[in-house]
Amino acid sequence: MSGIPHDHYEPKTGIEKWAHSRLPIVGLLYDTLMIPTPRNLNWWWIWGIVLAFCLVLQIITGIVLAMHYTPHVDLAFASVEHIMRDVNGGYALRYIHANGASLFFLAVYIHIFRGLYYGSYKAPREITWIIGMIIYLCMMGTAFMGYVLPWGQMSFWGATVITGLFGAIPGIGPSIQAWLLGGPAVDNATLNRFFSLHYLLPFVIAALVIVHIWAFHTTGNNNPTGVDVRKTSKAEAEKDTLPFWPYFVIKDVFALAVILLVFAAVVGFMPNFLGHPDNYIEANPLSTPAHIVPEWYFLPFYAILRAFTADVWAVMLVNWLTFGIVDAKFFGVVAMFGAIIVMALAPWLDTSKMRSGSYRPMFKWWFWLLAIDFMVLMWVGAMPTEGIYPYISLIGATYWFVYFLVILPLLGLIEKPTTPPATIEDDFNHHYGIKQTPAE
Amino acid sequence: MKNFLISAISALTIGAAGLVAAPALASEGGHVENIDFSFEGPFGTYDQQQLRRGFQVYREVCSACHGLKYVAYRALADNDGLAMNPAWVRAFAAEHQVIDKETGEERPAKETDHFPTVTGDGMGPDLSLMAKARAGFHGPYGLGINQFFKGMGGPEYIYSILTGYDGEEKEEAGSYFYGNHTFAGGWIAMPPPLSDELIEYEDGTPATVHQMAEDVSAYLMWTAEPKLQPRKRWGFVAVLLLVVLSTLLYLTNKKLWAPHKGKHVDL
Repeated sequence: MSGIPHDHYEPKTGIEKWAHSRLPIVGLLYDTLMIPTPRNLNWWWIWGIVLAFCLVLQIITGIVLAMHYTPHVDLAFASVEHIMRDVNGGYALRYIHANGASLFFLAVYIHIFRGLYYGSYKAPREITWIIGMIIYLCMMGTAFMGYVLPWGQMSFWGATVITGLFGAIPGIGPSIQAWLLGGPAVDNATLNRFFSLHYLLPFVIAALVIVHIWAFHTTGNNNPTGVDVRKTSKAEAEKDTLPFWPYFVIKDVFALAVILLVFAAVVGFMPNFLGHPDNYIEANPLSTPAHIVPEWYFLPFYAILRAFTADVWAVMLVNWLTFGIVDAKFFGVVAMFGAIIVMALAPWLDTSKMRSGSYRPMFKWWFWLLAIDFMVLMWVGAMPTEGIYPYISLIGATYWFVYFLVILPLLGLIEKPTTPPATIEDDFNHHYGIKQTPAE
Repeated sequence: MKNFLISAISALTIGAAGLVAAPALASEGGHVENIDFSFEGPFGTYDQQQLRRGFQVYREVCSACHGLKYVAYRALADNDGLAMNPAWVRAFAAEHQVIDKETGEERPAKETDHFPTVTGDGMGPDLSLMAKARAGFHGPYGLGINQFFKGMGGPEYIYSILTGYDGEEKEEAGSYFYGNHTFAGGWIAMPPPLSDELIEYEDGTPATVHQMAEDVSAYLMWTAEPKLQPRKRWGFVAVLLLVVLSTLLYLTNKKLWAPHKGKHVDL
């Protein structure tokens, strides 16, 4: 599939030839699994497999949970308790599903930041990157709606706050909000449609994942040096690559086993660690929790949403320029979605010819600052909007935009990259102290 | 391997950043005392005698105003909890009246029915999930990893509420409130429910306020998380199997890659 020369599937026996001339599915699977993969991939490249595993895990546990769950405002909370107490292994299913969402997001954030550091978004992988961003948006939608289903206090009030964001759109906002909710407020209609969409979206994600894999199998994997695999001959390509099976499958599955070890300890010994106690209180439209906080994986973007208050000069300026149509709330909503959009536009905002961040002395600093910024935003997103916290949010949110809109375009013009290895083979051999190419 | 460690540590840090945030939020209430319950930590299990004592406190004191609507009577016979005699459970259930869902008539409860739902003026909240519904104890600096060793903190909250009365009383708009240094705001509508020797424990344990508060907190942890013990057993087996699997995969991976890394591995 990729432009890298390699052996393709050849049907040998009669039945193989018969099947292959009618439906070349075995050939497709063979070529997908045997794709030449840069041999110098480091451990940051394992998270794709973790993500694929998470998707399957969530779909399987989710389908079984749906068999026992009742999407009705009067019964949903009790049906979750029924799962926890009466369904065989139900407590395990639910805790795996709830914590599985956290593992999913942990993996996706590392996967995204890996792409940002090694320039995986750059030509020719822009479409892989864009599809990835769409998958990430679908994940956020799925996780948000899934969190509403247990119908606890945080479910209800989280849904109220987040759908309220759409209500902030000038003019048509309230109509959009009512359309999303199926009524004037979060109620049974909301719960039903969220359940329906929560079941649907993972399959949309699965389809997008296939496109994502198809896209990077067409361009070939990026690698830590960013240097392309030599494609002039099969012999040369084989010096730079190894087939995905068994080399990378075994490596990735080993990493997955270690990650699952930690995951099993969390699910087994502290399954409510990442949850909020208020979600063990049934939803009550008449009682608002003291602090409404989203799940940890939404906190960085939640912080950006809340950062732009009415007393920020940029907000005041936009407010004045638009004759008051864009208020602070709408500004925050635009900033939150904008934060993801600027990240999706990274392939065109980054002007540097050098792909991998390893050979960009200035870029490195700004990148790690972005990684720290992300964690600071995550922390401050859970804090109340008082004291020093709003200033931290504002600085953090501003840096996020500055990184993508100012630093990435400028660095490419002023930075002098160092010299990467000539080939992937050189990089790999240098790393393992191999003087000459060993016979294979 | 070095890169793998960096990767793993970074992963944990990213996760941890979000985690420390959650407990920090929940601290608007008052002081919560730490108790070393038997069910804390990865290997902690319920103390059956304590659960039974706590159940007695619930039965003779709390149940006057608080329901346990998610708990079925039959759960009392569960070996991973109180392990009460099934015949006793049947007899205990029959002391309560329920409205039959099919006939709409009142009848004595069966073991498959649930504890009563208690609502109405002056009645308190349902206690089935109380131990998981309050943030409670989070240890010094609210470092979330404490949950792994110290439990989730909810039972400590219940204990602290029950022992946190400071003896003050006030009347506001016809309702009485009682000073409590654990309850958010400092004033709670529930009068101090426990006093020394209020009940007589079936196993002869002296019924001090602290003893009863601790026992009923443990019992309410069980009502909130009746599958705690099977969950920890599964967790232990899963971790153990994954240690074995990881080791085997590590060795497989090492051997597989060795020829390409210019190394020779004997296995």
